[in-house]
Amino acid sequence: MRQVVITGAGTINPLGHSVADTKAAMRAGRSAIGPLDIRDVDRLSQKIGAQVTGFDPDARFDRQTLSICDRFSLFALAAAQEAMAQAGLTVDDALAPRAGAVLGNSGGGMTTQDDGFRAVYEDGKSRVHPFTVPRLMGNAPAAQLTMAYGLRGPSFTVSSACASSNHAMGQALSMIRAGMADVMLTGGAEAMLTFGGLKAWEGLRVMSPTGCRPFCATRDGMVQGEGAAIFVFEAEEHARARGAPILARVAGYAMSSDAADIVMPDAQGAAAAMTGALSDAGLSAGDVGYVNAHGTGTAANDRTECAAIRAAFGPAAGDVAISSTKSMHGHLIGAASAVELIACLMALEEGVIAPTAGWRAPDPDCDLDIVTNAARPARVTATLSNAFAFGGMNAVLALTAP
Amino acid sequence: MTTASDEIERQVVEIFASLTQRDPATIGSGDTMEALGVDSLCMVEGIFAIEETFDVSVPFNANDPGAAPVDLSTVGSVVEAVRTLLSQKAA
Repeated sequence: MRQVVITGAGTINPLGHSVADTKAAMRAGRSAIGPLDIRDVDRLSQKIGAQVTGFDPDARFDRQTLSICDRFSLFALAAAQEAMAQAGLTVDDALAPRAGAVLGNSGGGMTTQDDGFRAVYEDGKSRVHPFTVPRLMGNAPAAQLTMAYGLRGPSFTVSSACASSNHAMGQALSMIRAGMADVMLTGGAEAMLTFGGLKAWEGLRVMSPTGCRPFCATRDGMVQGEGAAIFVFEAEEHARARGAPILARVAGYAMSSDAADIVMPDAQGAAAAMTGALSDAGLSAGDVGYVNAHGTGTAANDRTECAAIRAAFGPAAGDVAISSTKSMHGHLIGAASAVELIACLMALEEGVIAPTAGWRAPDPDCDLDIVTNAARPARVTATLSNAFAFGGMNAVLALTAP
Repeated sequence: MTTASDEIERQVVEIFASLTQRDPATIGSGDTMEALGVDSLCMVEGIFAIEETFDVSVPFNANDPGAAPVDLSTVGSVVEAVRTLLSQKAA
């Protein structure tokens, strides 16, 4: 089976506009959650979130791109620029049919949807922007990447709510392994911090008014974020042949379905995905030094996830460091596990485990080695990144040091 | 003669009867949400229906339903909560 490695990483998210800035914030345990600055925020019941600030699309993109792209596509393009620059990859005529883009996303172009619905329903207008459809369609960010870099191979978008990016990256891994492609741009993009997007989440009554404190006894729900992270997944022999930087090995991947409840998570399904990823990577539980938890900060997720880690890791469960970086960058929904993979890269590359920020008090139901508030130095050679979505769809990715 | 207060109870019973697919006549004010089979997700729907019906805002976080500042454990306590919220609104 072909080995797959990561040769480039890029991001724009509430913690920073680059991987370096994101890692710096994670190392510092700095949370980007704060008061939301969006239209009609006064009509929301929960007014906090993790926004990408200081992003100036006009300075980065030409008029045509700005006109055809929703915010989530611009995030994907910005993140891909960084990833492709690091990978030093030139997509020539020979590589083009062997290169594609598979991204995760859940909401589509929410800014575009919000604007369009406001125009026709609230403002009573009879027309919307001519590019409403190409802006809002869920596959738009992946399509923009293919056009930006001339990727002529397999490209599509995966939508599995909060696990979309892990499912997408798993597909990219599987396709390179299977010989369907040599290089895949993968990860995810989400921009759901709109009035309509947040109203929808408000309805479920799982949003926190105070902050995101996963695994903490005082937690009171989730906080939304936005952004993108894009990685260059590459067949190892292809990467080595061109002398590319190798950040990590994408060692294993597994998916499972709870088949139980549309919103309540299930420990058995989550554990099955972790066990499967370990097995696929040829790892034993004791090899894993860090688990980037799904860790949403809801009581249902955190307790179930801890029970699942106990089930999957057995006696090794007490020895593995766990954190949820959603405490800092918020829940990026369809882009969450893409941004969270950066915490796994940081553990492997730099020996630094990102903390669960804002944590206050232990929860007896989350009695594991939760890295809280301050980053922890550790020698890590293997990581898991968990994503457990609404719909009971689970996807876990295992990275190892190259 | 039906009082306004009875009308509130009738509407609350109607909401939970509809959500649990029961005959309203079989639901009493002492029934607990648990006994009616109202789980946390179902409760979110019930709260939404109450807010829409009575034009009130019910403090409720599904992460920790027990922590709500109003008692929502039984049909009767929900009725009382609605009365309280309506009187607060009128004040």
